[in-house]
Amino acid sequence: MKLHEHQAKEVFADAGIPVPESRLAATVEEAVEAAEAVGYPAAVKAQVRVGGRGKAGGIELVDGADEARAAAEDILGMELKGLHVDEVLVEAVVDFVDELYVGVTMDRGAGEPVAMVSTRGGVDIETVDAEEPDAIAREGVDPVFGMQPYEARKTVYEAGVDRAVAGDVASVVRTLYELWDDDDATEIEVNPLMVTADDGVVAADAVMNVDDDALFRQPDLAESAEAADGDDLEAKADDYGFDYVRLDGDVGIVGNGAGLVMTTLDLVDHYGGAPANFLDIGGGAKAERVANALEVVFADDSVEAVVFNIFGGITRGDEVAKGINEALAQFDEIPTPVVVRLAGTNAEEGMEILNTELVTVEATLESAVQRAVDYAEGET
Amino acid sequence: MSILVDSDSRVVVQGITGGEGKFHTRQMIEYGTNVVAGAVPGKGGQSVDGVSVYDTVAGAARAEDADTSVVFVPPAFAADALLEALDAPLELVVAITEGIPQQDMATVYRVAGETDTHLVGPNCPGVITPGEAKLGILPGNIFADGDVGLVSRSGTLTYQVVDSLTSRGLGQTTAVGIGGDPIIGTDFVDALELFEADPDTRAVVMCGEIGGEDEEEAARYIDERMDTPVAGFIAGRTAPPGKRMGHAGAIVSGSGTGTAESKIDALNDAGVPVGDTPEEVVDRVEDFL
Repeated sequence: MKLHEHQAKEVFADAGIPVPESRLAATVEEAVEAAEAVGYPAAVKAQVRVGGRGKAGGIELVDGADEARAAAEDILGMELKGLHVDEVLVEAVVDFVDELYVGVTMDRGAGEPVAMVSTRGGVDIETVDAEEPDAIAREGVDPVFGMQPYEARKTVYEAGVDRAVAGDVASVVRTLYELWDDDDATEIEVNPLMVTADDGVVAADAVMNVDDDALFRQPDLAESAEAADGDDLEAKADDYGFDYVRLDGDVGIVGNGAGLVMTTLDLVDHYGGAPANFLDIGGGAKAERVANALEVVFADDSVEAVVFNIFGGITRGDEVAKGINEALAQFDEIPTPVVVRLAGTNAEEGMEILNTELVTVEATLESAVQRAVDYAEGET
Repeated sequence: MSILVDSDSRVVVQGITGGEGKFHTRQMIEYGTNVVAGAVPGKGGQSVDGVSVYDTVAGAARAEDADTSVVFVPPAFAADALLEALDAPLELVVAITEGIPQQDMATVYRVAGETDTHLVGPNCPGVITPGEAKLGILPGNIFADGDVGLVSRSGTLTYQVVDSLTSRGLGQTTAVGIGGDPIIGTDFVDALELFEADPDTRAVVMCGEIGGEDEEEAARYIDERMDTPVAGFIAGRTAPPGKRMGHAGAIVSGSGTGTAESKIDALNDAGVPVGDTPEEVVDRVEDFL
């Protein structure tokens, strides 16, 4: 789960990392008041949880109340990379002489956290990594012992950070690691960390991703997650406990198991169609859950056909068939054609139960996907 | 022959008294797996389907000579269960649990690195040597004894491929589900090394997916050190960057690390044919044999 910038900055500020003065605003009036309070020049920043907000028009610099009003009118309510902007952060602009990058992330291959520092701050760090990997100093940290002070110092000096601010930057690195550790972060970064003329440092942006699987022991952060700005359908799927990702196509997909659902998406593409979503109902789904999944997929107006692909291990074909029948029985007219393929545990029983007046049954994954693609293209 | 598990493996089930643990213990025993004990703190002295339960893994290992563990413990307590299994010590620990916090797994991974124990998973369907033993939740009936090794990050995708292999008369030596998490014990290279050393495995199927760089490392290993032919499949070609596709580990980063394209290219460069569909992967295995 990614925190909003303002939420991450609050976490950073509480941990002692300097952040610019800022206020959150949900209306144009609040935004103008906020700008007057923090002073000019100020930045009006869309609070959506996606990178590249600046380039997408989600950040404006303002120098006076009229400009603040205009910026807030532009940004509040806009659609930014598919997300609705409900709030802006109005923030004092920092005078800086240098921009650094500081972060802690999980190195999957090494199975341990890695601290990273670079003097190439203010640009996309992944671009720096691709073009000039040596410009980023890295230090793997033993998760059993935690970060030692020397590891933070070493990373800072090896990155070539100006000696006058090295101590402060090392302290930011250690604080980020502590937050990473205490708050179950998977990724935490400041980009840019501004160096000011008087040799201070200020976190001008803040990124913090928290491990979804650790929210059970992070009640405060779990509460922040409630304030989601995601797609309505994704929120609905989330309420039902599905892994769901909305895509641009018109073939709706329901299946069990992440790898098999991804494969079903890929096959839709392979046979010339376009997947509308990823939806994994998980293992051992009962009839009601199956019906809920169909409800979510049908709620997407762009869906023209649905392919339902289940390979039962702990999921039973008869339960799935019951769920499909129940879900479809609720409609006077079924919104789109539904193609079903069942395999594995109790698949034969399931095939017998399925109401073939409501669905098309196919024997293989490939034929089911091809049929759904045909339906989506208007062929019957 | 097989890798990791066979009919001699003596299995302790951690979390045997829970719903899933109980259900799958019964399934494993029905398949023929030699389940010799359960381990659940505070439940020592009980019995589940005739299997004696012990308070500790070490106690179970001592009393029943167990060398293998299957872990069904809920995510909040799973890392502790894994550390206990590593400490016992055992030869093989298979972690089925999905949803273990990454930081907990970082600690487990670090400790596992200092032992000789094979850790498989977490968030995996398990390991099966057809006709001998199954550890985990895999549906035993779709597997058949034979000479194809299989290693996969995904459960149901494994079933899809195995079903097709079996229906075409291509049985399996061992199938290993390595799991869909970002931090896992046994990775592709570890499993491929074991298959390469197994004289009965004449071909290997590896099913990868987006996220991380494990498949790229596997491609390097296959290219440099492996004689047994490998056919591949990579799920997630259509996945958008920055979105977690079900598995915690199945995510293409914003900059494009972990894409299906990168993995398919690496495998092709190593001479590994990658199927566009699961059926095509099985076609390639047929070509090898």
